[in-house]
Amino acid sequence: MQVSAIHFKRSVTEKLNDAKLQNALSRLQTRFVGGRAAVIDEIADFEASRTAAAAIRDCVLKNLDQWLLRFEQQATARGATVHWAESGADVNRIVAEIAARHGVRKAAKSKSMVTEECGLNEALEAQGVEVVETDLGEYILQLAHEAPSHIVAPVVHKNKEDIADLFADKHHLPRKTDIAELCREAREILRPAFLSADMGISGANFLVAETGSALIVTNEGNGRLVTTLPRVHVAITGIEKVVPTLEDVTTLLRLLPRSATGQSITNYVSVLTGAKGADDHDGPEHFHIILVDNGRSSLLGGEMQSMLRCIRCGACMNHCPVYQNIGGHAYGWVYPGPMGSILTPTFVGLENAPDLPNASTLCGACGVVCPVKIPLPDLLRQLREKQMARGLKSWQEKIALKLWSWMARHPAVYALSTKITVRVLKYAGGREGLLHRLPGASGWTDGRDLPAPVGKTFRELYRQGKRS
Amino acid sequence: MRVGFFVTCLVDAMRPSIGFAAIRLLEAAGCEVVVPEDQTCCGQPAYNSGDRGTAKTLALKVLGEFETCDYVVAPSGSCAGMIRMHYPDLWRDDPAILDRITLLSQRTYELTDFLVNVAGLETIPGHFHGTLTYHDSCSGLRELGVQNQPRALLAKMPGVALKEMVEATTCCGFGGAFAVKFGELSTRMADNKCSHIEAAGTDAIVAGDLGCLLNIEGRLRRRGNHTIQVLHIAEVLAGNVEDT
Repeated sequence: MQVSAIHFKRSVTEKLNDAKLQNALSRLQTRFVGGRAAVIDEIADFEASRTAAAAIRDCVLKNLDQWLLRFEQQATARGATVHWAESGADVNRIVAEIAARHGVRKAAKSKSMVTEECGLNEALEAQGVEVVETDLGEYILQLAHEAPSHIVAPVVHKNKEDIADLFADKHHLPRKTDIAELCREAREILRPAFLSADMGISGANFLVAETGSALIVTNEGNGRLVTTLPRVHVAITGIEKVVPTLEDVTTLLRLLPRSATGQSITNYVSVLTGAKGADDHDGPEHFHIILVDNGRSSLLGGEMQSMLRCIRCGACMNHCPVYQNIGGHAYGWVYPGPMGSILTPTFVGLENAPDLPNASTLCGACGVVCPVKIPLPDLLRQLREKQMARGLKSWQEKIALKLWSWMARHPAVYALSTKITVRVLKYAGGREGLLHRLPGASGWTDGRDLPAPVGKTFRELYRQGKRS
Repeated sequence: MRVGFFVTCLVDAMRPSIGFAAIRLLEAAGCEVVVPEDQTCCGQPAYNSGDRGTAKTLALKVLGEFETCDYVVAPSGSCAGMIRMHYPDLWRDDPAILDRITLLSQRTYELTDFLVNVAGLETIPGHFHGTLTYHDSCSGLRELGVQNQPRALLAKMPGVALKEMVEATTCCGFGGAFAVKFGELSTRMADNKCSHIEAAGTDAIVAGDLGCLLNIEGRLRRRGNHTIQVLHIAEVLAGNVEDT
């Protein structure tokens, strides 16, 4: 996918003024924030589960190579073929090769964010393979030629009317507005695609090392069709998704749907192990699993390693007041919200996404809801330190910081300069006591007044009080 | 007990009355209050801007100024959170300083947290008659667990009726430099907060951090709301505020 994170600020302005988007985003609070809050108490000790989940993920990351090899061994023993892809281009090449080998003309896809990193659909289409997205949200986006704006609810930026218009236009059927009718229409269009596809492409929420299984959680059932009906199934996922045992998965599964959509469990949890055997009634004849690095291994062993714990639930973005106000597209690459503000600069280069680590008040809402306890605010701050170290800050910011830092270390100078500043500000505030404009701080005063100070600092007044 | 009062740079410059209110409360709780005169800033602006070096230097400066106090108290969850939660991280590689910094950080409290959980303030010196809504400032809430403390103190004031707004725990959009760097976004977040405040329909909006208060008041006034009072919790509790 093209990276447009460099245009973040311009995008923010556009999104803040998009009334339709704002209306769509207003649903996040009740649907996701409220949804999560309503179900986390079902677990006796949610916090302890978070701690356990983080420990499971850390245990894997500590010896990721060993767990991946164990997974490969088990998956291979059960008849799957495991491929290793260092980059997105490698993923596209491997899938194209598998498609060519098996004479694939049509691929049905269930939701996968990793393939968004690679631009897989475009690559396959260039090879003459028709790709049909079958997750309802992703299907809508494929029709609209748009990218997902959320990792779990990809179409959260659209409303029912947009979708009704889109279906009427693309399906050439009478326009429907009832959600159930729209779903039925999509289902009727998609059903033949499942049946005629030669290849199914899915992601994987977890890879189970002890059994060599790929596990996916879905709500619509399309995932199960995609992974069992076509002759060939290709599961594509990040190398960090491996988990030691099925029992570990159960811990993570208690947290994933609750954190993501406020569900106690998703409608489907599919454990996909090996290709169709002689005694099996269904399943693909060929099962390929592609393990994708695409920048992930660069996080191993460093300060950002905890980011690889991520199980892609989306809770951080659901609870982020920045995401809630601008949606996902403004972030300019595959992953939005706090986790995206860390992954995007890490995967595509800090110089290509300079605003993302700074576009947070560090309010901490993401960190406290993360089911695997990723210290997201700390990671954002670490990226800011990297920006500083690499000289990627603007000259204005560098000068302001240097000057402020020098003064803060010299109390006498600091006292004098604050004394002067508060007097000037008091004067500028006039009788009303409000500043409507402040040179160099238009970011503040364009939309807000600044309450004027009283004209003397606390330390001045305190010293005077002690003397009197 | 001897309490070192950390004024905070914002209170020092923008609203000294909060500092005097806080001192009055600490004294009412039986503390001996000292105010180190050379204090400037806790270093959070540098820390959050990626300037770890400056943050480390300022942490040492604070350590030198407050090390002899039994406790450090700040009228801000943000600054107290910086000292308590982040100072040890800054000096994690220097064991000798880390030990001292850790001792200091463990003795550092946000004002209402200190009044309730350490000093056990029973009688509130101030009087306020009217309705209030309380905004939970992010660092105090999520780093220090400050949520019930200010409400418990307000509950001891007979004239105060607390009326909760929706999304009281959602960030107001201040975020230090964020408010200027991403002004439009920050303003929208403040605007959402102001709508919730106005919907609560109280006489005053109260919070424990001046940064949030400047942001909220700035947006309320620009929206044309000149009636609702915007107050620091210390001002309400100490009674420096005229009764409504």
